[in-house]
Amino acid sequence: MCGIAGLIWKGGVTSDIGSEMTQMLQALKHRGPDSTGFALYGKGEEGVHILRFKVAEQEEMRTGFDIHKQVIERKAAVDTRLEEMGADVTAREDATEYAFRYHFKFGGDLTRLIDFIEDLEGVEILSVGKGLELIKDLGDAAIVSDQYGLNGFVGTHAIGHTRMATESDVDIRSAHPYWAYPFNDVSVVHNGQLTNYWTKRRDLERRGHRFMSNCDSELIAVYIADRIDQGEELEAAMTRSIDALDGVFTYLVATGNQLGMAKDVMGAKPMVLYESDEFVGLASEEVAIRSIFPREIDTWDPYQGEVKVWAA
Amino acid sequence: MGSVTTSHDMGLHEEQLAGRTQQMYFSATEEENFTYPWAYEVDYANSAEFDAADLSIPEINLRIRELMQSGHGTITVKNPRAKHSLGVGILNRLNLNFEGSLGYFGCGLIDGPNVRISGRVGWSCAENMMAGTVVIEKNAGSLFGAAIRGGDLVCKGQAGARVGIDQKGGTIIVGDSVGAFTGFMMQRGRMIILGDAGDNLGDSMYDGTIYVAGKIASLGVDCVETELTDLDKKYLKGKLDLYGMEAPNGIDSMVKLTSGKQLWNYDNLEPTEKKLVL
Repeated sequence: MCGIAGLIWKGGVTSDIGSEMTQMLQALKHRGPDSTGFALYGKGEEGVHILRFKVAEQEEMRTGFDIHKQVIERKAAVDTRLEEMGADVTAREDATEYAFRYHFKFGGDLTRLIDFIEDLEGVEILSVGKGLELIKDLGDAAIVSDQYGLNGFVGTHAIGHTRMATESDVDIRSAHPYWAYPFNDVSVVHNGQLTNYWTKRRDLERRGHRFMSNCDSELIAVYIADRIDQGEELEAAMTRSIDALDGVFTYLVATGNQLGMAKDVMGAKPMVLYESDEFVGLASEEVAIRSIFPREIDTWDPYQGEVKVWAA
Repeated sequence: MGSVTTSHDMGLHEEQLAGRTQQMYFSATEEENFTYPWAYEVDYANSAEFDAADLSIPEINLRIRELMQSGHGTITVKNPRAKHSLGVGILNRLNLNFEGSLGYFGCGLIDGPNVRISGRVGWSCAENMMAGTVVIEKNAGSLFGAAIRGGDLVCKGQAGARVGIDQKGGTIIVGDSVGAFTGFMMQRGRMIILGDAGDNLGDSMYDGTIYVAGKIASLGVDCVETELTDLDKKYLKGKLDLYGMEAPNGIDSMVKLTSGKQLWNYDNLEPTEKKLVL
């Protein structure tokens, strides 16, 4: 079933989007309690990349014999490789025992650096961006938000997802949002099922794109990344995706300064939209939007095949 | 039956009252007034209101029942805050007002009450409604009035996709546009759409009637346009006046759609069965 939510403050206004998205996703908990993910967009700092990565799955942490030692070794290996490539790591934070947040400065080929790090056993980069921070883990929104200290995160826009696993396993790698590797600041959340996943995946893999999971939703992130790679604007890429992707879907995409939504031609999956002069809120159910705006607001359902993009 | 001249003779008005189909001619008599033996005795003049902001969904629905039990015939619920499944399963005469929006499955499985909602409703509003009226001032989500069997369901704003899917009776009125697959597999009843209709309008409809005032993106399989008769116009005027609504370009310019009945193969034998008969 899955619940998705997105919000954007217009005109460069910033707000405590960490708490707002946590509340929205907690209101959607009944749509999927397996895992929760956030893509939060802060202001960022000029020339500084924020790297979010993990070196183990929760399942491994529970059952692995040697995992606590391995986690330390894997993290050390990441540090070594960052140094080898000449990246200047300015800050290191442990979000959990197996997930980390780095600030680094780097002037070289970013895709190569990412590939080099991900080449390490067990290491997955969740996101790289100037503003984007992608956080996902098992449990509901309140648990994940607490674990990673997301309340109080100030930024302009965010997307989030509560997952009911239907097409792949309950683990962090199959949780949403997906980062559109290797593009800075692009992330996707999806509600639905894609039926031409394998055909499209083979097609995109042949052209050098990376898939980290067996979750069908990852296809959308990779597809959008591919279109951006070919020089297409976000809105054009999303419009094209309506015909290119087969199945039922409502998905949200966020970039460094934009938030977009797209719905399949059947309008099979829900989406409620609230738009005011300063704010746009989107969610699978109105309760999510009302969790941050308790007053009466005017909302509507975008129609089938619709694509909309807003700028921060 | 004598010669059919008015909508009353057609049974149109009785249908709304009693939830019967347009195919049956009957009058709603006193002994056939379809009240349940366990229905609460309520007085419309006896009104009550409560704030639902801090109540859970079952608490709100139980509170409505408690108030009906104590004879309240007019109940106002404040701050429903788009919660799901509110006002469901009410099999009683009642004036129910929601001051705000409902979430999914609002007022589903009802038989009898007159409901007013000042906000919007989410997916599957008034699903399987048997009789009564539901009037929504703002927009509605998809699956609006799915499988309704009787009563009037009115949305003054726009509605989502698959409005009146599997409709088996009653009337659905939408003041603005509707999404794709509206009237999908419709079986009986009437639908009045005052805005535009999305793709595949009336796809695979068995029977029933759809009236559209705006543009139609495309018709579904076996949905055909037919003549708008004086009887239709009279019916439309009556219904729209009742809810203070108007066709944007007048009732005369509305389009009437019904089933082409090309998919009616109920009596046809399968090829294997034919051999048996022969």
